[in-house]
Amino acid sequence: MKHIKTLTNKTLKSTVKKGGCGECQTSCQSACKTSCTVGNQVCENNK
Amino acid sequence: MVHQYKNNGYNMVLDVESGSVHVVDDLTYDVIALFENNSLEEVQSQLGQYESKDVKEAYEEVAELKDMGVLFSEDDYEDYICEFKKRPTVVKALCLHIAHDCNLACRYCFAEEGEYQGDRSLMSAEIGKKALDFLIANSGNRCNLEVDFFGGEPLMNFDVVKEIVAYGRSLEEEHNKNFRFTLTTNGMLLNDDIMEFANKEMDNVVLSVDGRKEVHDYMRPTPNGKGSYDIIIDKFKKFAEQRHQEKYYVRGTFTHHNLDFSQDVFHLADEGFKQISVEPVVGPDAEEYTIKEADLPQVMEEYDKLASEMVKRNNEGKGFTFFHFMIDLTGGPCVAKRLSGCGSGTEYLAVTPWGDLYPCHQFVGEDEFLMGNVNDGIKKDDIVSEFKATSVYSREACRDCFARFYCSGGCSANSYKLNGTINGTYDIGCQLERKRVECALMIKAAQMTEKESSNEE
Repeated sequence: MKHIKTLTNKTLKSTVKKGGCGECQTSCQSACKTSCTVGNQVCENNK
Repeated sequence: MVHQYKNNGYNMVLDVESGSVHVVDDLTYDVIALFENNSLEEVQSQLGQYESKDVKEAYEEVAELKDMGVLFSEDDYEDYICEFKKRPTVVKALCLHIAHDCNLACRYCFAEEGEYQGDRSLMSAEIGKKALDFLIANSGNRCNLEVDFFGGEPLMNFDVVKEIVAYGRSLEEEHNKNFRFTLTTNGMLLNDDIMEFANKEMDNVVLSVDGRKEVHDYMRPTPNGKGSYDIIIDKFKKFAEQRHQEKYYVRGTFTHHNLDFSQDVFHLADEGFKQISVEPVVGPDAEEYTIKEADLPQVMEEYDKLASEMVKRNNEGKGFTFFHFMIDLTGGPCVAKRLSGCGSGTEYLAVTPWGDLYPCHQFVGEDEFLMGNVNDGIKKDDIVSEFKATSVYSREACRDCFARFYCSGGCSANSYKLNGTINGTYDIGCQLERKRVECALMIKAAQMTEKESSNEE
């Protein structure tokens, strides 16, 4: 494309089918303890 | 829903529901703003400053992305999340309050110098072991179990930490579980033996330091009013190096007193730390140290300053990680994780030194949230149900927010403390979260641009 650069084409919709296994880290166990941050967490299925 | 914004010279377009991120030229940025409610001809006539054929070209590219489902996609997750939330509850993480006591007297401490509206108290090994038994018994088929040693200051009760870890390890094989232990410490009692133990057993360590010495010493004094920076900083540096600059965070809190907190982040980076988290304080509005509405323009500017400097340092090979700017665009969490809330009160519980269970560390001491204890298990199922019902869709303010896939609806404890309900939001926190998401995505765009230009060379 000439006008648009796409950083990621992976759509979250594709995670609906196999998502929700729950093996990933609980958000507050990372560093925060005062805010809720999930966007940065690692999917255990992608490791 | 599309969110578009300009940051650090980049025209950013986030397709919220698909999670796709695009960087576009000025023309396309203007086309996208008009695309949904206008035909091509209408867009061409409204954007008279551009050549019609160029507008057509950009319009067609936008239409193509829409067809691919990565622009103007719809939110069709609500039923899925509501169903997902009905699944049987398992507990997978505990925050163990190893010590309701502390050897610092931090001004902003939500734990009130470790006491949590109660008396000073240390957890016994017996209670700690029972907590692990409770966790295993309630974790269903989850393999990875997390246990955070928290306080107060957990190193004031370190022998018990060691005993609980050894007990946990002894249970893993038989129950097919993998404990991931973490430790949060202010560093005052840190020594070589503790570091050696933590390097062997702790999946992550969180080291509390606020940044510049004067900032740290003002907010984190010892009980006799002296600064603590000089006592901890070299130990933290050594610890970080021993851990190969991975699996740790130096973690600070910024307040109304250091709104120029980017300087604290840079200070920590200049001291050699690679994993840095500096987060806004949360507290009652009346406290002088909290972030006020009037502080927001400066805080936003600081995030921009931090993000652009991080891009620069990264290009120079001197990059570091800033926890709140971390976003994994390709391998990040699934939609279920992103929209179903943080897990407090259901998957994640806090345990007091005497074994009481609360929805999370921030609710400890709030009598109405006492859920049970490690001996008898959960007795207040209504509390579990209340927390289980929280998600992005249970919070009205989240519905139109572009950041909802990154914060999962925010912190229930913050909401409770500010609104008296766990189903609200904390507006200042939300505004900051939105800014951080914008900065984080810009950094990704800058990294991609840098990669492309180095490939061309």
